[in-house]
Amino acid sequence: MSITPSMEATVHRKAPLLKRLPVISHFNKSVGLQRGMLVVGLVLTATFLLTAIFAPLLAPYGFAQLSDADGSFPTQQAPGGKHLLGTTVGGYDVLSRVIWGSQTAILVIVVAVVLSIFAGVILGLVSGYLGGWLDRVLVVVADAIYAFPSLLVAIVMAIVISGGESSLFGGVLAAAISITVVFIPQYFRVIRAETIRLKAEPFVESAKVVGASSIRIMGRHIYRNATRTLPLIFTLNASEAILTLAGLGFLGFGIEPSSAAEWGFDLNKALADTTSGIWWTGVFPGLAIVWTVLGLTLVGESINDLNDPRLRGRKRAGNKGGPDSTAAAQAAISADVRSS
Amino acid sequence: MTTLIEAPPSDADGLLPTKKKKSGGGLGQYILIRFLLIFPTIFILVTMVFFLMRITGDPITAAMGGRLPPEQLQQRIHDAGYDRPLPVQYFEYLGQLVTGNFGTTLSDNRQVTEMLATYGAATLELTVNALIVALLVGIPFGMIAAHRRDHAPDAVLRVFAILCYATPVFFAGLLLKLTFAVWLGWLPVAGRAKTSSELALTGLQAPTGIYWLDALRSGNTAALGDVMAHAVLPAVALGLLTAGIFLRLVRTNLIGTLGRDYIEAGRSRGVSEFRLVTKHAYKPALIPIITVMGLQIAVMLGGAVLTEKTFEWKGLGFQLANYLTARDFVAVQGIVVLLAVIVAITNFIVDIVAALIDPRVRY
Repeated sequence: MSITPSMEATVHRKAPLLKRLPVISHFNKSVGLQRGMLVVGLVLTATFLLTAIFAPLLAPYGFAQLSDADGSFPTQQAPGGKHLLGTTVGGYDVLSRVIWGSQTAILVIVVAVVLSIFAGVILGLVSGYLGGWLDRVLVVVADAIYAFPSLLVAIVMAIVISGGESSLFGGVLAAAISITVVFIPQYFRVIRAETIRLKAEPFVESAKVVGASSIRIMGRHIYRNATRTLPLIFTLNASEAILTLAGLGFLGFGIEPSSAAEWGFDLNKALADTTSGIWWTGVFPGLAIVWTVLGLTLVGESINDLNDPRLRGRKRAGNKGGPDSTAAAQAAISADVRSS
Repeated sequence: MTTLIEAPPSDADGLLPTKKKKSGGGLGQYILIRFLLIFPTIFILVTMVFFLMRITGDPITAAMGGRLPPEQLQQRIHDAGYDRPLPVQYFEYLGQLVTGNFGTTLSDNRQVTEMLATYGAATLELTVNALIVALLVGIPFGMIAAHRRDHAPDAVLRVFAILCYATPVFFAGLLLKLTFAVWLGWLPVAGRAKTSSELALTGLQAPTGIYWLDALRSGNTAALGDVMAHAVLPAVALGLLTAGIFLRLVRTNLIGTLGRDYIEAGRSRGVSEFRLVTKHAYKPALIPIITVMGLQIAVMLGGAVLTEKTFEWKGLGFQLANYLTARDFVAVQGIVVLLAVIVAITNFIVDIVAALIDPRVRY
């Protein structure tokens, strides 16, 4: 991860607060294709969020509903009529489960990312600032987990936490903690590297001279500076959290269908349907996953590219690209050097 | 993690700072240090997996709980030694691992190591096939995207790469299955081969377990065609997952090298654009690709578990999924540890290859 000091500090220092907010400032910096990707990502993510928030209003039925006033739902009914996206082999309404699934997804993302940022940031700060044997042990452990297939780590954690079967909150928590363990090493790495770099900065030294305690230096001076890249990792990890959750669900470690809707679990159940040509049970939950991950990834990618002056598309002044854009990039890089 | 791949982590990160400075070169020493680093990695993973899996209770209760009367359950737990103190069990387990004993599964009473022998080849075949697909798709498309940067082909390919990443491998598999196996009927739905060719291939003398290799050796063209047809969809599903990552990696690194002065110099001497991209700019961009390829092996093994489940491809991942459903955690632990060893060794090999190509890596 190239940690490029962002440009806001130098360029937008006097701009109003609104324009300095992460996504808005990125939007203003973007041009052409990059702006398109950012906008598409934002739209996809926004629909996902709105669906999750308004799920009770949007979904025609409950996620575990098997019958209504007219009697029980038919099983494996093709899309159309009362069931817009058809019904599953168990008689659930596919559309309702897809909509309710967004709530489960968002719960897991929020819990997982908050937990892993919390743990990863603290460990990274302590490890990077204090150094010594603690640092070495933590680095070796983090590297070991990092090198390991994340799905397997999640499986082991899921076994530990829930033994497999679970209620809504048990299941969400189990999935979230499993994902947390996968992500802690990533936050840990980034924060530790930043902390080590910042430790040598004069402002840390002066804080020491003034008599600030280690905890204060870590918690105020370094923390504020080391966490600038977190929004980016957040969006990227949110998408990976969804994929991990779906993977767990697909392997049968999901949340029971009666306690919540989960896309991966539905895909697992849909697998057997495909051979007989029943496509709607699998395609729609799958599309929901792709929709959400695509949205979050596009936002994360765009922010990443826009933070990096070498990857950022240049606003074209007069002629098309050419040498002047290289000069602009060079200027941007030197501005970065000065600011850091 | 896709975007964090620009600076691949090295396992030696800050571990041996003094030795690094002293050695000042010497491939042999680098290989030795890197080799020794395999052991703490495996040791840590084994220890963590062991204690984590035991926190919640013994595997016998997990597998049989509710299905056996309590006294019988206690008896079985006692017989297997799961009622002894954890440290005792731990050291016994370590001892077994050193002698190559990964345990015996509870649900069907098989040696985990024997399972590796039976199913490892299938997973290897799938992973290699997928890697080939990933490289065939990722590298040329990455070159095109870098060369036509910020133009239509680049835009299309970047969206394609992100789509590859955003689609879970089992959903990609499901779509491929629906389209090519169920609707078009061009390719088989699942499995590694038809029963007839499977019989012919496993009946061979000293089969490798890698079906296309076995079919080639025996000259059985019918079986070879069958095996190839079965291999296509799983390989594409798993390969596309990684192809997107390769595409972006090649693109980013090529954009870096294409901006260098020597490329401009080459261009002014009349070197063709094709040659500039595929030779001059590509070679320096190769190192990070190889390093990331190593990291991708771990991702691919995770993806292989899901792909094998989707296509009923009878490999380690398929077995893992089955044992998970059966709550046989001894088998799960065995397979997980085994995969940990494979990942650690692959990363070692990749680091060595990177060092052979680029002397600067050797510290």
